Amino acid sequence: MSASRPVAGAATTAGHRPNAALLQVERLTVRLPVEGAQREVLRDVSFDIRGGEALGLVGESGSGKSMTARAIDRLLPAGAEVDGSIRFDGGEVGSLTGGDLRRYRGLVAMIFQDPRAHVNPVRRIGDFMTEALRTNLDVPRSTAERRAVHMLAQVGIEDGERRLRQYPHELSGGLLQRVMIAAALLTEPRLLLADEPTTALDVTTQAEVMAILHDLRREFDLAMLFITHDLELAAAVCDRTVVMYAGQLVEMRSAARLHDDPLHPYTAALAAARPDIGQSARRLRAIPGRPLSAFEAPQGECAFAPRCPHAVDECRTGVPELVDLDGGRSRCVRASELRGRLGVAAGD
Amino acid sequence: MGGQLGGNRLELINWSFLLRRLAMLLASLLVASFVIFAAMYLAPGNPIAALSGGRSLPPSSIKVLEERYHLNEPFLVQYWYWLKNALHGNLGISITLRENVSTLIASRIWTTAGLVLYASVIILVVGIGLGVLSGLRHGALDTSTLVVTAVSAAIPAFVAAIVLILLFAVKLGWFPALGNGTSFLSNLQHLTLPAFALAVSSLAIVARVTRASVREESNREHVQTAVSRGIPTRQVIWRHILRNAAIPVTTISGITIASLIAVAAVVEVAFSLNGLGAFLVGSAQSKDLAVVQGISLVLVTAFVVVNVLVDILYAVLDPRVSLGSRAA
Amino acid sequence: MSTTAAAVSADATPRRGAFSLLKATGPVGIGAAVVIALATLVAIFGPLLAPYDPTLSDLSLSWVAPTGGHLLGFDGQGRDLLSRLLVGARTSILGPLAVVILCMLAGTVLAVTAAWRRGAVDAAISSGLDIMFAFPGILLAVLAASVFGAGLLAAAVALAIAYTPYVARVLRGAALKERSQQYVAALEVQGVSARAICMQHLVPNMLPLIVAQSTILFGYAMVDLAAISFLGLGVQPPNPDWGVMISENQAGIVQGYPLSALLPGLCIVLVVVAFNVLGERLFEQAQKARQ
Repeated sequence: MSASRPVAGAATTAGHRPNAALLQVERLTVRLPVEGAQREVLRDVSFDIRGGEALGLVGESGSGKSMTARAIDRLLPAGAEVDGSIRFDGGEVGSLTGGDLRRYRGLVAMIFQDPRAHVNPVRRIGDFMTEALRTNLDVPRSTAERRAVHMLAQVGIEDGERRLRQYPHELSGGLLQRVMIAAALLTEPRLLLADEPTTALDVTTQAEVMAILHDLRREFDLAMLFITHDLELAAAVCDRTVVMYAGQLVEMRSAARLHDDPLHPYTAALAAARPDIGQSARRLRAIPGRPLSAFEAPQGECAFAPRCPHAVDECRTGVPELVDLDGGRSRCVRASELRGRLGVAAGD
Repeated sequence: MGGQLGGNRLELINWSFLLRRLAMLLASLLVASFVIFAAMYLAPGNPIAALSGGRSLPPSSIKVLEERYHLNEPFLVQYWYWLKNALHGNLGISITLRENVSTLIASRIWTTAGLVLYASVIILVVGIGLGVLSGLRHGALDTSTLVVTAVSAAIPAFVAAIVLILLFAVKLGWFPALGNGTSFLSNLQHLTLPAFALAVSSLAIVARVTRASVREESNREHVQTAVSRGIPTRQVIWRHILRNAAIPVTTISGITIASLIAVAAVVEVAFSLNGLGAFLVGSAQSKDLAVVQGISLVLVTAFVVVNVLVDILYAVLDPRVSLGSRAA
Repeated sequence: MSTTAAAVSADATPRRGAFSLLKATGPVGIGAAVVIALATLVAIFGPLLAPYDPTLSDLSLSWVAPTGGHLLGFDGQGRDLLSRLLVGARTSILGPLAVVILCMLAGTVLAVTAAWRRGAVDAAISSGLDIMFAFPGILLAVLAASVFGAGLLAAAVALAIAYTPYVARVLRGAALKERSQQYVAALEVQGVSARAICMQHLVPNMLPLIVAQSTILFGYAMVDLAAISFLGLGVQPPNPDWGVMISENQAGIVQGYPLSALLPGLCIVLVVVAFNVLGERLFEQAQKARQ
């Protein structure tokens, strides 16, 4: 990160080592002050993302998905305690300060769920898009605006010059989310943290925005952490998927196989809870109980046990370890026993 | 909507909003002038006696006066003549001082204007400064600002006046206790305590609103976006937190500064300053109605104009404003 | 209207009693309420508590310092200061109370009417209010004094008129929001009269905001009324009023006898701080309840 042009330098490095891990998260534990006490929101989370790879991060609200992304971008609220390590391109993220931290944030761009709230309402679109280029990379205004217009065209906004002069409230939510994506890509990041980027949009816009994200990611050879509560969406755009429950990683597998042949009962429940137009509606089932945060979950046993239809006494004797199975990993003591029986088709 | 091409400054202004505000300004002034005139018209007392200073006049002189001042015309006609004269700077004659009201006003207006301006500068610099500092950092400074402003917001100008006189004029002798100065510098010295007395409670209110706005804006999601993009902290504070907090801060500063125009009377009386407000109060006591009318008209105009300027500034600062007045 | 639909859109706004509302303001809010309660007691019973006649003057006792029988000493005209403070509480506190009641009544009626009728009526009321903003309270009171003569009544009415647009503007927003609630439409469909809906639902649901607004306004009214009395256009001497007392004894500040002017000032600040602090907290509660 000492190179004077970190963006260019990083891009070539990635080209030479396509399979080396770009981001490594190891034994990440995060505690936040909640009502006066430090409460655990992430527990022992480990995964990595290779250059150009898309990793899905799936779970219910409160499972720690967004906290994981925030921890990666060092955006945790004040008072947060972090254990474990996050390494980006081999460098420890936790020790970055000042200019290094800001350059790192330029390489790891973030897209948020609600573009309306996440774009300053009183500054023009042009201002929003070019701000990082102009302040962090000293790109002159006219050049920055030209690049912004070009990038807007890439996300399907043709009249970019006019858009740059507009204010956020003059744009629709879908348009604004495309602006956010374009702005994120302007600084030529290598990793994109997409925190439910389509959840706040209506259905037709969702598909458009997903398609744009998918294409551009390929085009720029961009790694992505895609956060969603939708297993199927993750399966469609990601190479691998990680499933989180109560601040813990419960399953990790190639996206396609995880969806069709889950190794963890929670993943199976998530898959079954989603309506599937191709199948009959009777399969649609809610997961009993409510999602829990890490600090609310039962300690010293499988966190999902209280809601799990397959739970046995063994599940309550200790926290299950992640076990390797079928090219993936599962945090379930009965994983090999249940193998093949949790799939969508085998459900009934 | 300002969606036209080109980035010129004209685009910043919403013309229909501006025109509507200006129309409102004229309507306000018209109604206010009508109220002021009607109040004096309804006031008990014989206008001829007022004009003659209480002496009994021969019928011929009364007739002359009646004609000159249109006293026998219908009410609305009299209002019209009065308004026309007022627009030409003719506000009538003071019965107690036997002098032109405009001249009397002109000789006192700078004391009041100076006092209000001085106090405004104090409010803007100290109030906003304190609010921003305590809004951006938590801890001892923030807590003490909260406590001190809670108390000083409740200190009326005339109470502040006696305390300041006691401390800085009587005990310490740094500033004169009463009266106007003779040169610019001595005027400034004479106006310092009055300006602080006038500013104290408004300053506290502005500081509290500023603090709350800065806090609120700091927690906005778009500020997090800026941080996540690696924008330096100083820029995040200036371009996102303070820029956005400027909208409510402008409104509250404008409203409080406008209110000083009337409160200045209290401070002028407390410090025996020769300003418009003190003159107004004296004339109200002696029922010198032409003076009361004239000064009320000037003060109301100033008050309304400042309020409209605040509204326009608000619209310039907040692109989302397209209709109506500022949000309550 | 089926029963289920009516139940769904029923007015479900929780109504809280005065005590629980106060308790929610925390220890500081309760402390402020205690100060206000004490001040109110003094305002009511002040003349009974006063040890001496507040207008009895003995110029030979002018500025005499506190002694055993006269706990706070004498003012510039040789009157017992404690008695004047106690009796003066009456106009100093009941005056603002009258202002607040008047402008809250007018403001609520205007706001609810505007929000209920909407359209042209709302537009007319709103622009009327905008025009009324032209008069700062103190200026209107000075005008009233020069027309009707100096006195508390004219000043209080003038202030109430000047405050009404501020009150109405805030309450109109709240009333509009309440007006758009489902239950209002449901009641309308059921044929409940507009007056009944407003009186039994709209206004009661706005009550926390109205109370908060009144509390904050009381502080303003107290400061403004005292200022008008200080200017000699409100309560007339020799009647004691905290504003009048400051004006009467201002000379003592320069002459080295500041107590007689400082104490009434302190009383004003104390009561106003209490009202401001409590009002701010009640306002927060009202905002929270509306979300």
